[in-house]
Amino acid sequence: MIEKKPIIFLLLAAATILIGTAVTMVAPFWWINDPKLAIASVKPYTPLQLEGRDIYIREGCNNCHTQTVRPLLADTERYGDYSKSGEFAYDQPFLWGSRRTGPDLARIGGKYPDAWHVKHMKDPQSMVPRSNMPKYGFLKEPLDTRLSERKMKALNFPYTLADLQALQGKTELDAMVAYLQKLGSDIPWRKAAEKSLVGELKNPFQDNLAVIAEAKALYLQHCAQCHGKELQGEVGPALHDLDKPDSQVFGSIYGGIQAGGMPGFGDSLGKERTWKLVTFLKSQHRR
Amino acid sequence: MNQQEGYADDVVKGFIISSMVWGLVAVLLGVVISLQIAYPQLNLPPYFSYGRLRPIHTNAGIFGWGIGSFIAFFFYITQRLTRARLWSPGLARIQLWLFNAAIALAAVTLMLGMTRSKEYAELEWPVALLVVVVWVIFSVNIVMTIVKRREEQMYISLWYIIATLVGVAILYLVNNAGIPVSLTKSYSAYAGANDANVQWWYGHNAVAMVLTTPPLALFYYFLPKSTGVPIYSHRMGVIAFWSLIFMYLWTGAHHLLWTPVPDWVQTLAMAFSIMLIAPSWAAVFNGYFSMNGQWHQMRDNYLAKFLIFGITFYGLQTLQGPSQAVRTFSAFIHYTDWVPGHVHMGTLGWVSLVLFAGIYYTIPKLYGREIHSIPLANLHFWLAVAGQLIFSISMWVAGVQQATMLNATNPDGSLHYSFMETLVELYPYWYLRAFGGIVYLAGLLVFLYNIAKTMTGGEPHAVAQKA
Repeated sequence: MIEKKPIIFLLLAAATILIGTAVTMVAPFWWINDPKLAIASVKPYTPLQLEGRDIYIREGCNNCHTQTVRPLLADTERYGDYSKSGEFAYDQPFLWGSRRTGPDLARIGGKYPDAWHVKHMKDPQSMVPRSNMPKYGFLKEPLDTRLSERKMKALNFPYTLADLQALQGKTELDAMVAYLQKLGSDIPWRKAAEKSLVGELKNPFQDNLAVIAEAKALYLQHCAQCHGKELQGEVGPALHDLDKPDSQVFGSIYGGIQAGGMPGFGDSLGKERTWKLVTFLKSQHRR
Repeated sequence: MNQQEGYADDVVKGFIISSMVWGLVAVLLGVVISLQIAYPQLNLPPYFSYGRLRPIHTNAGIFGWGIGSFIAFFFYITQRLTRARLWSPGLARIQLWLFNAAIALAAVTLMLGMTRSKEYAELEWPVALLVVVVWVIFSVNIVMTIVKRREEQMYISLWYIIATLVGVAILYLVNNAGIPVSLTKSYSAYAGANDANVQWWYGHNAVAMVLTTPPLALFYYFLPKSTGVPIYSHRMGVIAFWSLIFMYLWTGAHHLLWTPVPDWVQTLAMAFSIMLIAPSWAAVFNGYFSMNGQWHQMRDNYLAKFLIFGITFYGLQTLQGPSQAVRTFSAFIHYTDWVPGHVHMGTLGWVSLVLFAGIYYTIPKLYGREIHSIPLANLHFWLAVAGQLIFSISMWVAGVQQATMLNATNPDGSLHYSFMETLVELYPYWYLRAFGGIVYLAGLLVFLYNIAKTMTGGEPHAVAQKA
């Protein structure tokens, strides 16, 4: 019997372990590497983005942030289009993570302007009150570029001399922001996900001063970080004296303004609260 | 010398002491990072920030405390089950130094931000290489001891030991494959969804080959030894062994449900995870049925308490785990605090309780003394169980609450809560979790005091007891 033959036992145990390994670990390479899953618009990282990614790895951001959006309502509504296999073709290692202490970052690219990220990395609580993210102000150090070229070569990524020269004078924070802005933006999902608002857009709270107090609280929670507590403008423009029609202001808040770096708040606010915000903003104009 | 029957036990002592030190580091760091989540101002970047400390916590726990003490007990158990002296005590002594060097290097490099980022495989390639060396000389030593054994039959604990040696070797080598850029930086050899699938084949089977098969080897040895009862069914153990090591390897992708790895891999992982309930519970029943007619030992024998509570947490763990591996429930609960609650029932409950039992059992034998204080051992037991339950239950409730909030929608189909609105609700649970960790740490300190007093206090017995 095998319990008397240790070497045969060892080989049998190894074989038993290797069956499931072959099927569920080795075989999937053929499925995942299927050329049909490749996405032509997904590009390798530039030297600056790659350095940013390495800082993301060094600081262990993946311990709190995932990078994969599941095809589930709560995920796609909150973060954007679900993740596709082809989007990760250049991710060595993958950074999907396993715990969302903070939000998913697979689609963070293009959501906020660079200035937002800089402010947020230095002092997360100033942008997101009661956030439990550590402060990363120390990333103001100049970027260490000694290995940049070797890294690009090791990963077989294309680069030009200009790419490498562009690293000069950059800080670690610049690299990190460049990386974050690339995340999830290689496929044109934002364009596809743009909310087209149909039907008559009429503000149900027009001139309803009863909602101002609630709306002001919403403003301070969601908008003031970029537009200032007094609407004076900072990362985003000042919002006094808005002379745009209610429906347009609603559209900007609800769906965002891609070209201007304004994120959409429809997912987190919903229509009713967005209309209340519109009412508040327009009331500030009247004074 | 206290060497019994010529067994090489000095290395056993060395590994037990080392693993206890790393266990203390792991729990201390666990308390620190749990406080950092609750009070972000406790992050002192760059070196003492959550992102850098958390991998040290997991590595010190799994590799320092877990593997360190498993090495000790594998040396201890193998010599006794084979009735043979360790093949090479010299090699084992070298291994002890290399092991501690590897864990210390791991802690330092991780704090410096040198990491591969893959969970439980974070160590950069030179440190990982050192781990491989440790494992190879360990495996050779154990296998050669078994080959040269003086007892023809291999008891089931040796089966689990052999499976562990092979399993860890395969997993570690494949998942650590990388492209070095410098001494302190390398990239994974695999990309994207491939890398994810390899990683969780590794990650979940680290749970199998480090946190399941070794404690089972210990359980099958120490339960009969410390209670005097035979194992209820050897045949059930045999069936459970082969089905466990067969099925476990299919289940890694249950960490990747709803991600872009192929659907069929996810479905297989889900099915095999459910099937794993059978071999897992065979071990639980083997433990319970062995105690038939002996349940009074739960009152009289503190070792029985540790072992039976340990196997009970194992049983709960292997029901909760498969439930999380089902797509629908995973969709709800994955990525929330539920999961750390689950993991810590396994590590603090199952694995550590069995390790505590092993140490309480062997240290008096190795040092030829009685345990310093049984009341203190009982106090440790209750602090450990209470701390673990406070931790896990608060995290399960937190996970369910956050998942419910994240999924709540308005009548118009939009989401009801922003991410931050769900996060701020978690703070009370995070305070409670940190408190649970502190209770567990208090228990650990009682344990360390008790063991230290046992090692140093009083005259040893003239003749060491028979093991």
